[in-house]
Parts: sequence; C-alpha cells; structure tokens
Amino acid sequence: MSAQTCFHGRHIKPIILADLDGDNWRLRDYESRGGYSALRKILNEKITPEAVTAEVKKSALRGRGGAGFPSGLKWSFMPRQFPGAKYLVCNSDEGEPGTFKDRDILRYNPHIVIEGMAIAAYAMGIKAGYNYIHGEIWDSYLRFQEALDEAYAAGLLGAKILGSDFSFDLYTCHGYGAYICGEETALLESLEGKKGQPRFKPPFPASYGLYGKPTTINNTETFAAVPFIINRGADAFLELGRPNNGGTKIFSVSGDVARPGNFEIPLGTPFAKLLELAGGMRDGKKIKAVIPGGSSMPVLPGDIMMATDMDYDSIAKAGSMLGSGAVIVMDETRCMVRCLERLSYFYYEESCGQCTPCREGTGWLYRMVHRIEHGEGRMEDLDVLNSVADNIAGRTICALGDAAALPVKSFIKHFRSEFEHHVHHKECLVAEYV
Amino acid sequence: MSAVPEPKSPKALLSADACRAIDREITKYPADQKQSAVLAALAIAQSELGWISKDVMEEVARYLDMPAIAVYEVASFYTMYNLQPTGKFKITICTNLPCALSGATRAAEHLKKRLGVGFNETTPDGYFTLKEGECMGACGDAPVLLVNNTRMESFMSDNKLDALLEQLKQAR
Repeated sequence: MSAQTCFHGRHIKPIILADLDGDNWRLRDYESRGGYSALRKILNEKITPEAVTAEVKKSALRGRGGAGFPSGLKWSFMPRQFPGAKYLVCNSDEGEPGTFKDRDILRYNPHIVIEGMAIAAYAMGIKAGYNYIHGEIWDSYLRFQEALDEAYAAGLLGAKILGSDFSFDLYTCHGYGAYICGEETALLESLEGKKGQPRFKPPFPASYGLYGKPTTINNTETFAAVPFIINRGADAFLELGRPNNGGTKIFSVSGDVARPGNFEIPLGTPFAKLLELAGGMRDGKKIKAVIPGGSSMPVLPGDIMMATDMDYDSIAKAGSMLGSGAVIVMDETRCMVRCLERLSYFYYEESCGQCTPCREGTGWLYRMVHRIEHGEGRMEDLDVLNSVADNIAGRTICALGDAAALPVKSFIKHFRSEFEHHVHHKECLVAEYV
Repeated sequence: MSAVPEPKSPKALLSADACRAIDREITKYPADQKQSAVLAALAIAQSELGWISKDVMEEVARYLDMPAIAVYEVASFYTMYNLQPTGKFKITICTNLPCALSGATRAAEHLKKRLGVGFNETTPDGYFTLKEGECMGACGDAPVLLVNNTRMESFMSDNKLDALLEQLKQAR
C-alpha cells in the first residue's frame, strides 16, 4: 500500500486522519487514540438517542459523499417507533473521479467508521447495518472485515454492546465495478442483489429503503466525523469550520499538483492554502482550471478558485459545488476539450441505461466532444452540446444525468475559446496526452 | 420412441471451498434475502473459475434460489465480472481524467506496446488481457491498475510496468 497520499503530516487540525501511520489501524491502536470512548460515553451515561441526534444536528455536519445534506436532519427522518427492521448503510462505494479519501479512512482508520456507525445506529434505533465498499479497493474491503472481527471480539458490536441493552450487527459487502452504485438508491438495489439502477424518489430511503424498510445511508467520512462530535461536543466541531459548514473535510487533490494526496483541513480554508499543502503546481506551471468537488461538478477557472474558500457555501457562491471534496487541478498546458472528452466518455460508459435522456444523451455528448477534439467539429455543435446537456439535466431519475451535463456546460462556459479554436483550426493544439 | 430427455444433472462447477465462502456471505443477510449474496457469489466463482459462464450463472442461481435471468442481469451489469475467458492476468488500467493528468494514458500506451495488444484483447500466449477501467477511487496513486481485480498497483511508471509484467511472467 502506498503511503504518500495521507502520511505527509500536512493536515490542519485533523480529526479523522490524525496520528495515522499505516500500521496503527487495529482496535488497540484506535483505542489508544481515544477510540470508542464516544460510544462508551453514550452507553455509560445513558445519553438518549434524541440527544445524540440533536448534537449531530447542532454540529452542522453535512454529508461528505457529495450532496452535503445535513446529517442530523437526515437521521431525524427515520421513524423512531417503527416496529420492524430498520437499516443503516455506509456508502463506501467511492468512484467519483478524483475522490480517494474513503479508501484511506477504511484502510488506515477503519474503527472510526465502525464507531460512528454504531453511534448512528443507537441514535436511530437500528439493529443491523452494512458497509458497501467499492469493489476495486479489495484490500480495504478485507481490512474492514478484519476490523469488524476485532470489534465483535471486543463486544463493541453484536448483542448487548458493552453490557448495555443496545445491540447492533454490522456487516461489510462489496460492489463490483459500477459507478452508479454510489447513488444511494442504486446502492440499495445492489445490496439487494440486483443491477444497480436508481429508484424513484420519493419514497426516500428513510421510509422505503433496504428490503423496503426505513434506511439511513451516509458516506464513510460522515460516519467518521461522528465520534469527535460526541466526544468533544457539537460546538467544538462547529468551531473547526464555519457556520453551516461544521468540522474538517478531507480533500482529495489530484492532477497537476506536486504532491497529490488527501488533506484534512477545516472547512473554510482558502483554496490557495490547500494548493500549497499539495506542494503547489507541478513543475511550477500556472494553474488553469479546477474541478473543486469531483468530476460531476462544474469546472472553475484557476483565478476564481484562488480567491475561493473550501466550504460548501463559498464554492457554491463561486459557481460550483464542494461535492465529495475531490479537487482536480489542471495546469496551463492542458487542453480543456480533451479533458472534457475524457469526462464525457466516463458518464457515457457509466450511465445505467434506465432513463432515455441520460442513456442516449451521454453518448451524444461524448460523440460531439470527441468530434470537436479531433478537428471534425462544427460551430453549431457548441449550441447543440448545451441544448443536449439542458435536456438531460433534471430529466432523469438520479443525479448522474446532471453529473454528465454540468461539466459540459461549465467547460464551454469558461473555456469556449478553446472549443472554437478546435473548430476553426480543425485540430487540437496539445500533443499526445490530455 | 425415446422418452423426454432427463434434464442434464448439473455438474457442480463450484468447489466445496467456494460454496463455504458463499455460505458465509449468505449469513450477512436476512434469511429470506439470500439474493443479496449474488455479487459476492459471482466474485467468488470468478476467482475460482476465471470467468462467469452461463452454466456458472445457472449454478449460482440454483444456489441462491433466484431466477437465472436475475443472475445474468447482475453479471452483465457490473464491469469487473468476466463474461468470457480472459488471459491468466487481467490488467485493468484507469484512464479517467485525474489519472490521465498524472500519466495514465501514457502508461496505457506503454502497456499496449509492450503486450502488443489493444484494450479488450488478450496476448497470443494467453497470459495477459488488457482492459481500460473507470475510476478505482485511487486517483492519488495514478497511474494505477488492477491485476485480476484484487491486486492494486500504484504509481506505475514505465519501469514499474515493465517490472510488473516481468514478475507476472515469472509467476506463470
């Protein structure tokens, strides 16, 4: 396993990736860092489930998987008095291009996820949970299973946890190569042993989820933030970030930077600081563009990013979204048409085929961008691209349609001259690769 | 006149070990939800048999009490299943944008040249199949590739690619 992505010591006030070295992932190591004290505190002091949920609400923890939905609010949607089974699901199906944070959490600090899930289960009165892990990170899947075994052996999972009346069974399972399963209802379908095609919403998972039972799904990093909130209090978490943007966030920085990797920093940290942590631009080149939240989010010109802070509200104000916290950086030598071509191919490839606008539209977008990149484009293609994107976005069951459309619109909006150049000169200026 | 032929008695393709592994997966789910184990069951079958034939799908279907077509739907939806035989080593390299920005397209070209095959092709000696993958959630390690779905190799410079191919050839 490579160490470079997270053991560089360049985090700021980390609460999830603190003090990790790659070897200290076991239960005894986690406990020596204070692990499972939040769960113990809740059970020993008999803190009520309502109080736990209220604390998470107050912390302004927002979903770290991409949508940024307030986690405490999501938890409060679960019917408290529901008589039958309810489920808790961790979404570790991390496949949003540019995102690689959950992999590091799972392999280097798996118990923090287990503890966070146990606390969530307690808060919502849930007795069974699943952690659905991206099939491509097989080592992390095996490691998480090992961590589960340790937790069971120590009485931290299973029946009557730590001698209390609280019981919670947690299992792990894996995907096998389908980006769409990161969408929460597609993930539920996959967990039920089906192809991962998203469901209509409503009903939302809180009323009709796994096997038709009330279900809450949170991202890996979201669960990982929960023990800190219980241990140190909602205010301490909130103070790490900004109002409405509590806590730290792990940003996965990739592309043309000197040191790609994961950087856990308080929400609201300036992008310029994050770029500095990532070693600055590779080979001293100039920054041209940044996709600040995973490949599904709109691209922004480098100068706008350099003036933006890394939190949900600031990035939204700048015209994009924080998403999963995947920051893809492109330097001055990159051809934006070719970059978009690569992204459009991905969405075409990964569309699940359920909704016509997405199934047909993603292929159409890709073929047009491909044509422009290869010097066969027409000027009117730019308008057709925008119109096809408009006709996909908002017209599909899930957000993959929007995810395919947003990059296209933003690339054309901010870098139109490069598209026009390809059409006029019938060639790409950049040699060979990207 | 001959009687209606007996249905062929299904010859078990899965070993006892594989069945035990699938049984473990089934225990993760409620008793009436055995189908939930199908992704894992197919992955277990593939790691034992190399690929998922229709016969394997039917056997998995019988094992999990589900319609064969439902197994086929799953096997054909998720890209890490091999629906036809591959070389001994399937190499899947990610060429998505973050990886491409860190040399993945170049690495893929290097592999094609060294192996003498394109994507979705197998070398004539039957040892290597080259595939183009989508995001593996490891962009910080780019260029990154998978060997037979489970072994991830990171920071694949041309030298490391050559060393990997050499090492796999030795493992023949």
